[in-house]
Amino acid sequence: MTVIHAASGVADLGGADGWGTAPVLDPNEPVFKEEWEGRAFAMSLLSMRISGANLDAFRHAMNRLDSEHYFDDGYYGRWLYGAENLLMDSDIIAPGTVEARATNMTGGHAEEPAAPEPHKPDYAPTAAGSIRVIDAPQRFRVGQRVRAKIMHAPGHTRLQKYTQGHVGTVAIVEPAQVLPDTHAHFIAENAQWVYTVRFDSRELFGPSAEQFSLNTDLYEDYMEEAS
Amino acid sequence: MSTDVTADRIPIKLRTEALEQLLVERGLVDPNVMDAFIKTYEKDVGPLNGAKVVAKAWTDAEFKARLLENGTTTVAELGFKGPQGEHIVVVENTESVHNVVVCTLCSCYPWPLLGLPPTWYKDPVYRARVVKEPRAVLGEMGLSLPESTEITVWDSSSEVRFFVLPQRPAGSEDLSEDELAALVSRDSMVGVAEVVVS
Repeated sequence: MTVIHAASGVADLGGADGWGTAPVLDPNEPVFKEEWEGRAFAMSLLSMRISGANLDAFRHAMNRLDSEHYFDDGYYGRWLYGAENLLMDSDIIAPGTVEARATNMTGGHAEEPAAPEPHKPDYAPTAAGSIRVIDAPQRFRVGQRVRAKIMHAPGHTRLQKYTQGHVGTVAIVEPAQVLPDTHAHFIAENAQWVYTVRFDSRELFGPSAEQFSLNTDLYEDYMEEAS
Repeated sequence: MSTDVTADRIPIKLRTEALEQLLVERGLVDPNVMDAFIKTYEKDVGPLNGAKVVAKAWTDAEFKARLLENGTTTVAELGFKGPQGEHIVVVENTESVHNVVVCTLCSCYPWPLLGLPPTWYKDPVYRARVVKEPRAVLGEMGLSLPESTEITVWDSSSEVRFFVLPQRPAGSEDLSEDELAALVSRDSMVGVAEVVVS
């Protein structure tokens, strides 16, 4: 059975207002500022593997987090919470296990749930990575005017809110790739052409916006012809 | 809003240790494998890779032409490939066009060329604002571009990874490829800084 968890919407940040001043560059910052960040990084990559999940499922496991869990412990914090979601989805660990262990590690006493019987997704990739060779013809060509559809994906998607409903021009035909919307939920790879589409900033953000071009990748399912 | 992590918040360092203990105890994770992943991205895979690509492109016109035509296979000539580098598109900064890269939905980044992303790249402020007001954001980050320079923002939403070839700085004419590589900063290869002769 496929369970589609809804995204919280918290990750879709592009174009959002109210975020304050841009960050400061620090050319000398270490790769991992604290030791736990490196541990969380490595453990998350391995958790994706032992859960039988994939990269799109991992991204969605982060997109399901509420704003507190998504932001408060930074990038590797959301990786860790996302990894825990994958481990719970596949019944590798039972909910409450990490909390109980943390209590026991700090002098408390908590009953730890028994390790459940794992249920990994019924899914096997047809190849490594996300790029696929497909026979289907390209529906769009360089220079063509296209519209990013307005979609209400029930689960995962890589179609940002800020592009939806707007018209741009195909700039590059990219390699065909698995569709994150179905791949994240182990429904199908649905490999299809991807296009880098160029939008005018004023089409996206109105006539008083700064003048610039915004290029982003759209999967074929996200696009329709704009006449 | 929905979440699957509903228990009281535990400090993240403790939480990480607790999960590692559980997974190691159950034989699911090998701490030596974790150490190897960490060491790879601390020591081996970082912005020096990208800097070598840039310096070679500045000194070898044929290489540069191949790099702009097919980024993935051309950087692989130098041995740079791997996770988060399945398909690399190189975009060139010039007098008239300035490119800057973001991933608004997470923090996609060309790992084989630049390593893991810096804090500023993962900052929600950068992710939210650079697609809407790049000139203002770049200005706040210390890069003031002439009004005549066109800006192109690349928002990475598929598995394509964008890499910026920065402009070669004035005064670098006599430098060797190695000396040039030493000048190229990580931030210039994402498009939030320029390369300068130190």
